[in-house]
Amino acid sequence: MNRVQAFLSILSKDMKTYYLKPPNISWGLIFPLAWTLMFFIRTEGDVDVLELLPGVMGLSILFGTTSMLAVTITFERKQRSFERLLLAPISVNVLMLAKTSGAILFGIANAFVPVLMALLLADLSNVGWLAVLGGVFFISITSTFLGLFIAVSVREVFEAQTFSNFFRFPMIFLCGLFVPIGDLPLFLRPLSHILPLTYGVDILRNGIEHTALFPLWLNFGVLMLFSVGLFGLSTRMIKKRWIL
Amino acid sequence: MSTIQVQALHKKYNGLHAVRGISFSVEKGEVFGFLGPNGAGKTSTINMLTGLARPSSGTITIHGMDALKHTKDIQSRIGVVPDESNLYDDLSGLDNLSFCASLYGMKKADRIRKARELLTSFSLDAARDRPFRTYSKGMKRKLTIAAAIIHEPEILFLDEPTSGIDVESARQIRRLIRSLHDQGVTIFLTTHYIEDAERLCDRIAFIVEGVIVETDTVSALLSRNKDTREVAFKAVEGGRHLHDAVKQRWPDVTIRAVSAEGIRVVLEHETSIMPFLKLFESCGFDLLEARIIHQSLEDVFVSITGIDIDRLEKAREAEST
Repeated sequence: MNRVQAFLSILSKDMKTYYLKPPNISWGLIFPLAWTLMFFIRTEGDVDVLELLPGVMGLSILFGTTSMLAVTITFERKQRSFERLLLAPISVNVLMLAKTSGAILFGIANAFVPVLMALLLADLSNVGWLAVLGGVFFISITSTFLGLFIAVSVREVFEAQTFSNFFRFPMIFLCGLFVPIGDLPLFLRPLSHILPLTYGVDILRNGIEHTALFPLWLNFGVLMLFSVGLFGLSTRMIKKRWIL
Repeated sequence: MSTIQVQALHKKYNGLHAVRGISFSVEKGEVFGFLGPNGAGKTSTINMLTGLARPSSGTITIHGMDALKHTKDIQSRIGVVPDESNLYDDLSGLDNLSFCASLYGMKKADRIRKARELLTSFSLDAARDRPFRTYSKGMKRKLTIAAAIIHEPEILFLDEPTSGIDVESARQIRRLIRSLHDQGVTIFLTTHYIEDAERLCDRIAFIVEGVIVETDTVSALLSRNKDTREVAFKAVEGGRHLHDAVKQRWPDVTIRAVSAEGIRVVLEHETSIMPFLKLFESCGFDLLEARIIHQSLEDVFVSITGIDIDRLEKAREAEST
């Protein structure tokens, strides 16, 4: 019971102090909007909204979650308020799940901004919403845990942002968001297969366009493995590096 | 059984030996002070006791439990006030306290009631809805202490509780520590303020460069040098002239300090101050003051640790700026 209460308190505190702050809400809205408009402007001829949607959704989640973790964890550690949480009678696993849940919810909310826009521009009646929801959920989790891994690997907020970009920008081009993996140079393709977003976007393509590179079970399985691995690695680093 | 029992505790950080095999115990309901200069190993010790750092070697037993194996069980029964106020800038005083209480499983109604009580007792009522970042340093310190005691811990760890705050807030914090002591809370306190240690603690450990050099009750420490008195002489001619005159007449007399105004001389056993007065008169000095100084904890600290008290003063000044 204590664990559930502590979990909910940390989540609600983070929501209040970070995620529901006007700058973050506007950023969560503007960012996907900007991506969508960019592709509308740059694409010659008719824009295939359904083709763009998985990529824009994936990017919105990736950037939203990883940016927020740098603030909610790296900043709190720098301010030493994170020590307060480490001193609480809850395990590091529960603590980090609580700290990351806000980012996961933020990522999910970000993903649906482009969907709302697409509703105005395209027919979404053939979309497999179950797969899309599952995809959004798992992309949010893996991206958040990737952000967590980055946040626990650095000391300063600016380092977290820089280190995030080291992962995020290659993913834009390598994960099949806007350039099909089959069109990439042969030597880059193995990189696509070691990046979690490749599998997440493939789930979204499966649900939205009904085309996919891999079977759904494989995509979900790989994302689960990434999630467990990144979370385990991050909590191990916290125990090793932060409890000196 | 002691509430806290520490045996041969060591802590090394990247080759730096911060704590060097310290052993001590703290009894239930006691205020135990860790007194030493900055960098003596006080915060490293408190971090190991509270589960924020792992000892390199040694054992810590709290409430009969191995602190390294039962960290979370122990953390549910302790409160920690770190050396810096580390609450959440964007949350109000009330929300900060309520959040901290929720981490210990307190129900909402209880934590709001307790938070209000604490805000009142700390004279923070008027600021309860203001964000923490708008608080003064003293107010922040008080709220940080309130956050550490809201779940009514059996042991309270305070790391430099009155450091760098205004006189009134420091006084209020001392009153609170006494009141918690009266309620039976075991208190582990680190400080480099000798006055805090003297006023608040039942027992004190002097820690220097990671080693405990002495542990005893305040009264026992103060009676250590009861046969030794010090006399302060001040003269228009200044300390240097007084020093030279005394040393020329009695080369074996210990002069504790020489300042621009005067000197501090150690009088062994029943030595009278009369010979000194006669000496200064014969030298034609215009004596302004001759005052017997009672031994303070500071004197005991200096005599045991050999630490220059100016070093502590400088550390305080650096901190307050």
